[in-house]
Amino acid sequence: MKSAVITFPGSNCDRDLAVAIERVTGHAPIRLWHGEQSLPEGLDLIGVPGGFSYGDYLRSGAMAARSPVIGAVVEAAERGVAVLGICNGFQILTEAGLLPGALMRNAGIRFVCRTVGLKVENASSRFTSLYEAGETIRIPVAHHDGNYFADDATLDRIEGEGQVAFRYAEPVNGSARDIAGVLNAKGNVLGMMPHPERVVESQHGHTDGARMFEGLARSVLERA
Amino acid sequence: MKARIHVTLKDGVLDPQGRAIHHALEGLGFGGVEDVRAGRLIELTLADGTNDEDIDAMCRKLLANMVIENYRVEKVA
Repeated sequence: MKSAVITFPGSNCDRDLAVAIERVTGHAPIRLWHGEQSLPEGLDLIGVPGGFSYGDYLRSGAMAARSPVIGAVVEAAERGVAVLGICNGFQILTEAGLLPGALMRNAGIRFVCRTVGLKVENASSRFTSLYEAGETIRIPVAHHDGNYFADDATLDRIEGEGQVAFRYAEPVNGSARDIAGVLNAKGNVLGMMPHPERVVESQHGHTDGARMFEGLARSVLERA
Repeated sequence: MKARIHVTLKDGVLDPQGRAIHHALEGLGFGGVEDVRAGRLIELTLADGTNDEDIDAMCRKLLANMVIENYRVEKVA
């Protein structure tokens, strides 16, 4: 699997994501700086990591979504390359228009940092194929702006199309319909607030995140 | 020329910050506050002759997130 992880000024989960991808799949991602105008050829996966890009100026993810590399990411997504946005990466992908909705300040105002239960809603995407539909997994969250919002018509549409990948199994941040992770209509872009890259080895306490990267690697082999 | 861009949350979008401000005002003893909505003010200093379409485009492409926010342009001499 050929992958790349993008670093923005203020990203802080880029290394964790790169290490998780390498440990699980055996292939080290290419590390890219946000100022790149183009992407390496033949990518199977682009990782947009967590952090506080541009210090969350204006809105979380707003500045990063207008950085040079994102134009190339949008083009790659249109070609069907898998794009995974985690936490700030999810915020960036919604700001870039690759995913519906927006991430707002947590309903309880506070930063939430703990491991939460997530219900797998869609287990047929290339990100989630190694999970069971309806299964509850445990993945950590760490965010201030994870309160997912979209208007009712959009929520009805994405629920009907199977674009809700994960739902919180407990109250976390006030997200509409407890949505924790969203796919685009084609199913090749996933944004999620929880951090699967933080739970891929037994020393992490859980390994529920590993199946996402294993599933992505397997989907590449199956499509080859 | 200056333009003040007032960015506000759309009706129906929950505003936790506004709610916390409301709560704090009540804590200070100010009764009679029925609702609080927090927004953002962005002041642009523009070259004379900058057209309205460009200002609108700036708002839609970056200054406001049209999924959750509205904007109003106030021109200041």
